[in-house]
Amino acid sequence: MLKESADIMAVAEQVEGRLKGVSFELVGKARELARERGGRVLAAVFGSGIGSLGAELVAYGADRVVLVDDSRLALYRNDAYALALEGLIRKYSPGIVLFSASTCGSELAATTAARLGTGLAAHCVDLRFNERGEFVQVIPAFGGRVLGDVFCPRARPQMASIRPGVFKKPGKDPARSGETIKEEAIFPAGFESPLEAVRVVRRQPPGLPLEEAGVVVAGGWGVGSAEVWRVLEELAGELGAAVGCTRPALDEGWINDERALIGASGKTVRPKLYIGFGISGSIHHVVGMKDSGFVINVNTDPAAPVFQISDCGVIADAKEFIPLLLEKVRERKAGLPKE
Amino acid sequence: MNIAVCIKPVPDPRFYGNISVDPRTGLLVRKGAPAVINPSDRNAIEAALQLKERHGGRVVLASMAPPDAGEALKEGLAMGADEAFLLSDPAFAGADTLATARVLAAGLNKIGRFDLILTGCESADGGTAHVPSQLGEMIGFPHLNHVQAFYLKGSLLHIEKKTEDGFMEYRCRLPAVLGVTRDINTPRYISLTGVAAAQAKPFTVWGLEDLGLEPAVTGLTGSPTQPGDLRVSELKRKVEILRGEPEEIAEKMVTILRSAGVLD
Repeated sequence: MLKESADIMAVAEQVEGRLKGVSFELVGKARELARERGGRVLAAVFGSGIGSLGAELVAYGADRVVLVDDSRLALYRNDAYALALEGLIRKYSPGIVLFSASTCGSELAATTAARLGTGLAAHCVDLRFNERGEFVQVIPAFGGRVLGDVFCPRARPQMASIRPGVFKKPGKDPARSGETIKEEAIFPAGFESPLEAVRVVRRQPPGLPLEEAGVVVAGGWGVGSAEVWRVLEELAGELGAAVGCTRPALDEGWINDERALIGASGKTVRPKLYIGFGISGSIHHVVGMKDSGFVINVNTDPAAPVFQISDCGVIADAKEFIPLLLEKVRERKAGLPKE
Repeated sequence: MNIAVCIKPVPDPRFYGNISVDPRTGLLVRKGAPAVINPSDRNAIEAALQLKERHGGRVVLASMAPPDAGEALKEGLAMGADEAFLLSDPAFAGADTLATARVLAAGLNKIGRFDLILTGCESADGGTAHVPSQLGEMIGFPHLNHVQAFYLKGSLLHIEKKTEDGFMEYRCRLPAVLGVTRDINTPRYISLTGVAAAQAKPFTVWGLEDLGLEPAVTGLTGSPTQPGDLRVSELKRKVEILRGEPEEIAEKMVTILRSAGVLD
């Protein structure tokens, strides 16, 4: 069994030398947990040419940033990253390790947990210590319908993954002090991976990235056709909103990008304003938008479950209401006096 | 080429909104949810069948599940897989992803040598997305999860791994384990002839002793994570309902959008 300290390690994510937002969310949560039980916040970063990333993580709450800068880590690859991370865990003995539940982060977490024979709780929505001092990891199951506590009583470190957007980004304090340590990646002699990372390809859906948008316009099965879906996209454009969708809208092919999917197997959003059209409110979708500020939903069925998580419900047919609303929004914009 | 597909029967995801937790026993109540093949596992079967059609070979299904889960495997055989193995034992119950991967790896190792092992990227019920990677580690093959596309050229796999804002391209030598997403293909329908053919295909059930595993490393005992309390996540807001003529409601909406600061 591995040694255990009170330290908590957040595994930061970077792509091409830029830290992803989730890295700060993980550091923020680690900071909260460390405040409760003592111990330091460690942040681990892997990559190539990442020497300058330490200060930013310190400003968000890390006490010690451990950078592993190696050309073999230039692009994320689960085998090399897991080897490097395993080395850090053995050396720094964190009691808890937090990962991003991105497609790369959750893979790295699962791989590292298997190599160390330890437990991993996936997509945690809450992490805390109970009155007995046990680390309680709250995970969603059945598309978010059920929440369950998970414990890792014996194996160490205790590992948890958290989806981007689930925990809040902490405030930045450029005056915070902390140290940055550079570590070598330890690869076994003759290490040659059967897996080669070739390149990173970005395919943002047109418009704003969903996770960063202040306003989200989402559509479901009730939108009814590709034609109305185009109108919904126009409406989103007029409102400066990002477009999201449910699984049925994807299955119907009205939108062809799974990256627009909100929910249990898609993205978690928390915009100030969420407007849903023709969405029934299945738990798979709701779990990804329930923390939005103000929620408006448009559905023909007054008994649709979606109204239980709405602040404002409009009983109308999305197919007809979307074009009508677009017209009214355009009228309003055209009617405004020019500045 | 020899391909294994690991599948999991799950309660039909369309019924998850009705799942509740019995306040007395603290156990799940899954009213009327029939078991189906986990959605992305169906895509894994489809991917395997397409490879077989192109390159020849055999497709073997494996599942760690309770004894009544044979139906899901039968359905996979009806889609066109050649043989199925159900790994089932009371000692496997309550397994977390690590203990599950251990049993699947032991089963696959006993069945034979595979060039490629496919599975869905995540299950609809637990949804951890851990098993593809952990199975890869247990069986000692390179692995990738969230694979949205791949093809085979010689013994080299060309792979796209989905990311939050695009994808990453990888190359990987066989043998390998891949977890596939639901957008990789459209699973085929089952034909009546397929169902009939499935009845004659070999179907094997193996338990703990067949796999040569100790009970200490399987099921709940062999799991580093242990479950605690369950509860239904209550999501409720106080809703104000707008009804009436669409024209009128649309104008009210514009007012709401203005007060939310989205429109001037």
